[in-house]
Amino acid sequence: MVIVAPQITKQPAPAPSARNNRGSLGRKVKDNLTGHAFLIGAVLCFALFMWFPMVRGIVMSFQRTRRGETTWVGWDNYVRIVADPSFWVAWKNTFVFTILALVLGYALPFFVAILLNEFRHAKGYLRVLVYLPVMLPPASALFLFKFYAYDPSDAGLFNAILKGVGLPTSEWMQSPTMTIPAMVIASTWMNMGSAVLIYLASLQNIPGELYEAAELDGAGIWRRIWNVTIPQTRLILALLAMIQIVATMQLFIEPLILANGAGTQDSATSVAYLIYQHGFFQNDLNGAAALGVIMLLVLAAFSAVYVRLTTKKD
Amino acid sequence: MSVPQYRKAAAIALVAGLGLSLTACSTKSSDDGGKDAAGKVTITVDCQPVGAQKELLANWNADVAAFEKDNPNITIKSVSVGEQCNNPPDFTARLAGGTMTDVFYGYMTDLSQVLDSGQAMDITQYANKENVPTWDSIDPALTKVFTEDGKLYAVPVKNYSMGLVYNKALFKKAGLDAANPPKTWAEVRAAAKKISALGGGVAGYSEYSAGNTGGWHFTALMYSQGGKVLSDDGKKAEFNNAQGKQVLQNLKDMRYGDNSMGSRQLLQWGDLLTNAGAGKVGMFIGAPDATQAIVSQFQGKYEDWAMGPLPGQDGPAKGTLGGGEGYFFKKGLTPEQVQAGLKWIAYQKLTPGKGQFDYVRAKPQNYPVGLPQPLLFTNGSEAQKQELELRKANANVDTANFTAFESNPVPIVGEPRNAQAIYAVLDSAMSAVLTDPKANIDTLLKTADTKVNQLQAAGS
Repeated sequence: MVIVAPQITKQPAPAPSARNNRGSLGRKVKDNLTGHAFLIGAVLCFALFMWFPMVRGIVMSFQRTRRGETTWVGWDNYVRIVADPSFWVAWKNTFVFTILALVLGYALPFFVAILLNEFRHAKGYLRVLVYLPVMLPPASALFLFKFYAYDPSDAGLFNAILKGVGLPTSEWMQSPTMTIPAMVIASTWMNMGSAVLIYLASLQNIPGELYEAAELDGAGIWRRIWNVTIPQTRLILALLAMIQIVATMQLFIEPLILANGAGTQDSATSVAYLIYQHGFFQNDLNGAAALGVIMLLVLAAFSAVYVRLTTKKD
Repeated sequence: MSVPQYRKAAAIALVAGLGLSLTACSTKSSDDGGKDAAGKVTITVDCQPVGAQKELLANWNADVAAFEKDNPNITIKSVSVGEQCNNPPDFTARLAGGTMTDVFYGYMTDLSQVLDSGQAMDITQYANKENVPTWDSIDPALTKVFTEDGKLYAVPVKNYSMGLVYNKALFKKAGLDAANPPKTWAEVRAAAKKISALGGGVAGYSEYSAGNTGGWHFTALMYSQGGKVLSDDGKKAEFNNAQGKQVLQNLKDMRYGDNSMGSRQLLQWGDLLTNAGAGKVGMFIGAPDATQAIVSQFQGKYEDWAMGPLPGQDGPAKGTLGGGEGYFFKKGLTPEQVQAGLKWIAYQKLTPGKGQFDYVRAKPQNYPVGLPQPLLFTNGSEAQKQELELRKANANVDTANFTAFESNPVPIVGEPRNAQAIYAVLDSAMSAVLTDPKANIDTLLKTADTKVNQLQAAGS
């Protein structure tokens, strides 16, 4: 008896027919109907409310609408927006705000979290206290700062304190040099609660034995922070830094409310505020779209570089 | 139902719900020419007073009811768009999204923006005596503002010009003659000094410097000096000169020379009027209806406020800034809808004794009758005479408070082209002289001049 080796295994697999293909695709869809149905919802929401406006914004940045006629104008809107006298001022203010907000708004919550983590009593109460400003609507919080804390007369809260301790008072939002620091203080006060909670959660995940070992090795508080806390929370620190930078670059409500827009001598004009000015006050939605695209590119480039740098280290 | 079935049902419901909501979003108004089954013409109209403006809202609703009774084939659907009917960001959003009402409110400076959006309808052929009985009495200078290339796009319903608004009570307290307001900037400065000397955080003279309102008032102050902000062809800035310097110098002198403008600056519209309502402002420049806002929105009292003409540098002002508002018609309306809209505007805004000119109704209410503006009708026309008579007969404010303003008319100059962008630039110069004692006026004007020239060259 001759045993014939099964030929089929040696033959190349037949090309799947289109029908088969459809069948398998259909089966796949059918098998995961629930998953796909849920996915469609999310995809539709993103497409409608995120991607479509984004693409529309990019398209608009290359168009100009005049007398009801929309025409393609190439780079004209970009040229015009860069020539805007406030363009570079806005970028400078935004960068200064971002850096100051990073120094203050990033470091402070970390140390507050470490401090809170050390407390043995009234933990919940203190956490609520720290988180309370986040629950206040940003507009209300900023109006509080504007009329109560930053009043340029001696009746203002901060000026009263400064005067009380014998220091010179400030005009706060009316002083071109104090505008950005004042916005940073208000912004940090409003937003640090969330960061503190995230840091706290991450601090509580650090195994206690690491600190015990460090203590046995004679490490003081600063060494423990430097050698245990920071390395153990590095991922969260890196993530929050990026979120913080991307968020602070979109500085808008602080100048709008605290400085009534541009502030004294343009000292509060931010890129986002300039977009708002062009779009909603200067009948220039196309210029606003162009500036929006520039901002998107800057933030995307920053995020890409940042992610690359942090993942390399990991 | 088993668990997977539940999941499936939930997923299908989710998708169906989403689909339905998307369909709802894309629902277009039916293409019925604005007519319902009974053949009635329906139009939507904005700027209905908000709920907080109880009396104004009741008046509006009563007007709608009376109008619909007189015109049984027309239905008015009122839409409220906020207390300030044209808050520029909201207005722009509505224009960009095409969500304005059929007949929509706008400022005189909005014509260009409305035309750019492609949303306005040419109503030239409908704007006549047949639809608006007082049409021939309307000041042609006002309809001209809403006209481009011979085509009319809106009907004017209000106008204003600026003067010096002052607090009589503070004038009297400071030992000033409340019946004789300052006529020159030197007199304003002297009066401001005396008023601010009263203390208690009172500003003798107050001025805007933020949210584009600083630039708006810089323009008015330039006009008072006989200057302008743009060249006649609209291509170049024209404020970097002796008149521009004088405007800023006057303010700087009052702010830092005399300390008579209060410490809180970077004020915009509501901020200044809030302070005024609280009795903390001696003088500011504004239109007669500023007193209405002070009373109805900012808790002030009519009897405290009076108006004089805009001051000039050495004598009467050489010009004052004027503006106003009107109603545009959305593109695509049927002729019947345009006619219905015009009839409604005619009834509510342009008929002596009705709507905004129903002074008998307004007299007992907390709204002023007797203010010198609006002046919509040509001097000497039938409608003007009727309106003036009714106004005098029903005045509930002391008209003597506005005599100085009325009897010293100043030539009215309109706002510049690309006004908001220019105002944004000029805010910076205004805020500088009001917040920086070392501000260099020459540098400020030169910088603003360069910026405005750049803006005009870029054509934004």
